[in-house]
Amino acid sequence: MKIHEYQAKQLLKDAGVPIPTSLLAGSADEAVAHFDALGGGVAVVKAQVHAGGRGKGGGVKVVRSKQECKSEAERILANPLITPQTGPEGVTVKKLLVEQATDIAHEYYVAIVLDRASQLPVLMASTEGGMEIEEVAAKTPEKIIKTFIDPDRGLLPYQVRKIGYLLGLKNEQVKAAGPTLKGLAKVYLDKDCSLAEINPWVRTADGNMIALDAKMNFDDNALFRLKDIAELRDEAEEDPGELRAGQAGLSYVKLDGTIGCLVNGAGLAMSTMDIIKYHGGEPANFLDVGGGANAEQVTEAFRIILSDPTVKAVLVNIFGGIMKCDTIATAIMTAFKEVGVKVPLVCRLEGTNVELGRKMLSESGLPIITASDLTDAAKRVVEAA
Amino acid sequence: MSILVNKETRLLCQGITGKSGAFHSQQCLAYGTQLVAGVTPGKGGTTFEDNVPVFNTVAEAVKETGVNASMIFVPPPFAADSILEAAEAGIELVIAITEGIPANDMVRAMRTIRSLPNCRLIGPNGPGVITPEECKIGIMPGYIHKKGSIGVISRSGTLTYEAVWQLTNLGLGQSTCVGLGGDPVVGSSFIDILQLFEDDPDTEAVLMMGEIGGDAEERAADFVAKNMTKPVAAFIAGQTAPPGKRMGHAGAIISGSSGKASDKIAALRAAGITVADSPAEMGLAVQKALAG
Repeated sequence: MKIHEYQAKQLLKDAGVPIPTSLLAGSADEAVAHFDALGGGVAVVKAQVHAGGRGKGGGVKVVRSKQECKSEAERILANPLITPQTGPEGVTVKKLLVEQATDIAHEYYVAIVLDRASQLPVLMASTEGGMEIEEVAAKTPEKIIKTFIDPDRGLLPYQVRKIGYLLGLKNEQVKAAGPTLKGLAKVYLDKDCSLAEINPWVRTADGNMIALDAKMNFDDNALFRLKDIAELRDEAEEDPGELRAGQAGLSYVKLDGTIGCLVNGAGLAMSTMDIIKYHGGEPANFLDVGGGANAEQVTEAFRIILSDPTVKAVLVNIFGGIMKCDTIATAIMTAFKEVGVKVPLVCRLEGTNVELGRKMLSESGLPIITASDLTDAAKRVVEAA
Repeated sequence: MSILVNKETRLLCQGITGKSGAFHSQQCLAYGTQLVAGVTPGKGGTTFEDNVPVFNTVAEAVKETGVNASMIFVPPPFAADSILEAAEAGIELVIAITEGIPANDMVRAMRTIRSLPNCRLIGPNGPGVITPEECKIGIMPGYIHKKGSIGVISRSGTLTYEAVWQLTNLGLGQSTCVGLGGDPVVGSSFIDILQLFEDDPDTEAVLMMGEIGGDAEERAADFVAKNMTKPVAAFIAGQTAPPGKRMGHAGAIISGSSGKASDKIAALRAAGITVADSPAEMGLAVQKALAG
């Protein structure tokens, strides 16, 4: 789960990380009032959307007067914000963060993620702030300082000093960096983050170290114990199909092709997309109904796939383990009755109770194209689409 | 022979009275697995299916029945605790089926598991381990398997079934099939299991199935090039997956590669591994690898 910049900064502030003074606005008039409240000097108006690359899309503007604040706020709120991460249709901006401008001496990067190889959280810091970290990693990997964090001890004082000095900070600045590094590690561990990033993390002209922008993703598997974080969810930022699927306990990702896929298991779902492409088609989605889905969940999966107008044919590929093939057969029959299936449907069943499932489908009299194996299924659905 | 489990394995199921735990315990018993004990706190003293004793703690189950492997079906909020309970009770092989355990719980649990040299964890979030016609531990459909000499390793459940089914239909039986699990933090890696298959005299060749994200496949490729004498075939799922959707982008940065399917396939091929282009050709890739 993702959250907005202003929410991430509040979590950091609560953990002792210095951030610039800022106020949240829902309208241009409110933004102007905040501009005044911040002293009426120089401020930054920042669109609050989950997508990255806001600056490149014109969603972050420095303003020096009330008039400028008003016109920029109006412009951002009135138009969809298009960034390298949003797609050509862009996203609607509903909230703005009006923030006191910072006198920047240098920009740094700091983030914590899970390192799969060592199975520990790793803090990555770099003197190349503001840049995309992928770019730094590709061009100058030696500039990334990595520090592993013991989940029970948190980030230790000596680790903070080591990172500070490696970043080239002076004695006083190393001290100033402490609260940010310790606070970031605390939020990452306490709030089950999968990513906690401050970019840029800036040294100001007067020697302070403050978090200018922040991004946080959370482990969906831990949301059950993070009630305060779960409340920060902004459903308007999520794809409606993906949101609906999530509520039904399904895993769905919308893609650009025309062949809808309904599969059990993430690996088989990805492989099904791959084989559709291999035989010349394009998948319209990734959909994993999970290991133990019931008939209602599978019916909901059909509703989601069939509500996508770009879907020209559907491939059902089930290898029953926990999932029984007769459950799938029941759901397919329900989908025909309740949802109405107007596109060709190719079905390939294997595994637990496969004979029963096949029998139910063949006796149903429904226009289902049955496939004998994976290749046969892919060829038939590509032909039908 | 085989790896990890065989007909001598004495199995415990943690969470045996839950819905999935009970269903799959029945399936394991029906396959012939020696499932000799269950654990559900508060249900100690009862029996499962009239003849499997249920205990309150793993320590008690070990003492009374001599179990040496455990299969875990405990719900996600409590599963990491159950893994540690099994490990610290001296169970040598812990197989966690549970899906949805918080990553931080596994980070903490793995610190303990790594400090116990005699304990191996498989999973979580995997289908389990099966040595065909001897011992099935987990949720895989037993009938698709056939006894033989191909070792199978995968990060995904149903993709493993697909591969096993292809092997069986080609007449290629399996020595043991191991589901590593799809979570970012799992107990055993491709390398751990590749080493076991290399050392197993009854395994002739290995089929490994990877997927996008992380760099476990690249590290496995490096291991195969340096240490494996047996033929290896592979398939990587997710060649058509869009970037940024399935993997936290920073995870790939640490490894110094991007976690893309194409990079993984290139690394595997460079290590002399036969990689199937289509998921329908995983069995054929093994045939090709065997033919040299």
